[in-house]
Amino acid sequence: MAAPTSRRRVTDKVPARRRRSVEKVPAERRRLRDKLPGGRREGGQLPAARWRLLKQDLTAYGFLCAALVVFAFFAWWPAIRNVVLSFQEVNFVRGSSWVGLENFQYIFDDPLFATAWRNSALFSLYALVLGFGVPFVTAVLINEFRHVRAYFRVLVYLPVMLPPVVVALMWRWFYQPDGGLINEVLGTVGLPTSEWINSPDTSLIALVIVSTWANMGSATLIYLAALQTIPGELYESAELDGAGIFKRLWHVTIPQTRFVILMLLLMQVIATMQVFTEPFVMTGGGPQDSTVTVMLLVYRYAFQYNNFGAASAMSLLLLLVLAVFSAAYLRVTRSRQI
Amino acid sequence: MTRSAHRRRVALATTAVLALTLAACSSDDDGGGSEDGRIQLDINGQPPGTDARELAIFEAEVAAFEDAHPDIDIVPHEGFMEPETFNTKIASGELEDVFYVYFTDPARLIEQGYAADITDYLDDVEYLDQVKPELNQVFQDAEGRQYGIPTANYSMGLLYNRDLFEQAGLDPNTPPTTWEEVRTASAAIAELGGGVTGYGECAIENTGGWHLTSEIYSTGGQVATQEGDSWQAAFNTPETTALLENLQAMRWEDNSMGGDQMRSCEDLMIAMGAGQLGMYVAAPDNIPSIVRQYEGTYENLGLGPIPGGQGTLIGGEGYMINADASPEQIEAALTWLQWRFVNPDETERRIQDRLADDQPVGLPMPPTPDIWIDGPTRDSVEALKEANANVPIENVAPFMDAAPTIPGQIEPPSAQEVYALLDNVVQGVLTDENADIGALLDEAETGVNRIYDAL
Repeated sequence: MAAPTSRRRVTDKVPARRRRSVEKVPAERRRLRDKLPGGRREGGQLPAARWRLLKQDLTAYGFLCAALVVFAFFAWWPAIRNVVLSFQEVNFVRGSSWVGLENFQYIFDDPLFATAWRNSALFSLYALVLGFGVPFVTAVLINEFRHVRAYFRVLVYLPVMLPPVVVALMWRWFYQPDGGLINEVLGTVGLPTSEWINSPDTSLIALVIVSTWANMGSATLIYLAALQTIPGELYESAELDGAGIFKRLWHVTIPQTRFVILMLLLMQVIATMQVFTEPFVMTGGGPQDSTVTVMLLVYRYAFQYNNFGAASAMSLLLLLVLAVFSAAYLRVTRSRQI
Repeated sequence: MTRSAHRRRVALATTAVLALTLAACSSDDDGGGSEDGRIQLDINGQPPGTDARELAIFEAEVAAFEDAHPDIDIVPHEGFMEPETFNTKIASGELEDVFYVYFTDPARLIEQGYAADITDYLDDVEYLDQVKPELNQVFQDAEGRQYGIPTANYSMGLLYNRDLFEQAGLDPNTPPTTWEEVRTASAAIAELGGGVTGYGECAIENTGGWHLTSEIYSTGGQVATQEGDSWQAAFNTPETTALLENLQAMRWEDNSMGGDQMRSCEDLMIAMGAGQLGMYVAAPDNIPSIVRQYEGTYENLGLGPIPGGQGTLIGGEGYMINADASPEQIEAALTWLQWRFVNPDETERRIQDRLADDQPVGLPMPPTPDIWIDGPTRDSVEALKEANANVPIENVAPFMDAAPTIPGQIEPPSAQEVYALLDNVVQGVLTDENADIGALLDEAETGVNRIYDAL
């Protein structure tokens, strides 16, 4: 369990950013760089040496270019187009015309605007309350099973491999109010049954359960990896100090995996605010708009009402909200570090 | 392999991939004329490869048309109207010259300028004057200019399971004709037990509002009325309230509709095919779908007129022509569309082909679509249909007999937005035992008027 001591010494003394740079630069290149006059980073190197360096990097730049092209084509260009579209009335034949903030006016005037944002926010909140701890606890438990860990890992990750639409359709069957799997099981053990997606009161929670079930595998694997980097000595010394299982969890496990936990929390909020598949496949936003989410409205604007301007405006708004949230979140959590 | 040789290969491969990507992105030149002087016509509407029988029929029709019209080269593409890809195809210039639409689509496609004005070409289109004028109107703008050709027409009725009717002691030859009778029949069928429900309603993804529209028409009501240039919601009436109260009673008092209400129309088709559902509102085109995909049988499926009978929603399909099409292409397109869809001269051959292939004949759908006005054309098509029917047409007789007396009405403006609001009314009644129908209708009315005010 214990990490090699030499490595631990490096880890303890070199700040994170620098450590990475030392490890990543190949020895050959470091030697070459060190031979150059003027130190490591200054210009004025010998032309021949410089050329060799450049030539060596060409392949790397080539691969980088390919990645940049792909990103530019499939991520940045569409994102920029989205910003442009949100200020236009879109027409693919006559050409689009600029309409200023009309698209934003349109989405603000939609009575479902507030409903959709509230539902998305509630979905994220419920997903945090219900779902955020589950993968962590699962990972801690699985980590305890030394010999069957691999088996459990596969088991927990299986739902992630199922196509999301299949998951949603399957849960629609589970949720059938009469004769569905879940109500049958609950009824058999004497627990109260529910209308699930058939009632505006429970529909959103029902979707959160599906989404948690389907997505917890990835988070569990990441936690498992993080747990395995915790040096065993920490637990040993905690145990010697008389810490019980919960104290060890609180004082060792959680602080040691803090960075991963904080990062996954941010990623989960970003993902759940964009929830679409579950309401689209399972409820179509109903009953009575109780599962209309921001992304579902974007879909309706674009593909049902044929209003690409409004769809882009709503997407842009979601992007801004999530960007501001992420920035604020990172700032708050970073300042608390150390 | 040496390192430099390896690098050359990597570079070559990268170049090739990039070149391929760029080639795939650039659209090929599509002037309409091919090298041999034939007019090239890209069309969609080709059935998917999974539907081998329909695909074989389609391919045979294309071949027969090209034999008869050697100057036209038909290039078929798979698919019908998919809203997710339609705009992408338009934006990239990949939309076919002739493309399939539902009756819901033409109004906005005309407004956005995506379809060609074909009014000046229509004089030569044989038999088009025999098509019901209200179907042509679906493809016309306010000035009466026409942008497409209707090819099929459906109106909604009450689809029911004849076996379940018999088991429940009901007469399968006289389906309910009022909504109160639907309630009684639904209760009787639900009594059979075993998970069987009496009546079902589509409720999600705007289908709830779509069906409610048809049911509002059946009470003699309107969803929207026009005053001058503006539209107004017109569905908040005592008749609609009564209709919904009847639905509420079926769902909660009689408990004859089951517990799962968040269902799409496809869910109802599945339940109908499986013998788990007594009745639901549907157009005749549901019948072959249930038989082909969900193991129903023509013998067991009956179709009656829409209960209430004061009116019904008509839907249908047709083809429009790309705004970019050249005059020659428009002429070729109309030649194809007339020959393929508006053509009583080919009806007999098509019926024989279908009979030979064990495909249904006798329903108000292709090859005998219900698009003709009263007159010799209609009479001859109907006579051929009856003489050659291989499905029990007496099962759809209640629907066909009543059809001439039930006025067909088209969808309200901004139909999808309106349906989304009406979905809520249907869902409210079906999922909330204490739903306040008046409040639901008031809320929907406000929302619909807001949409119309913004037009």
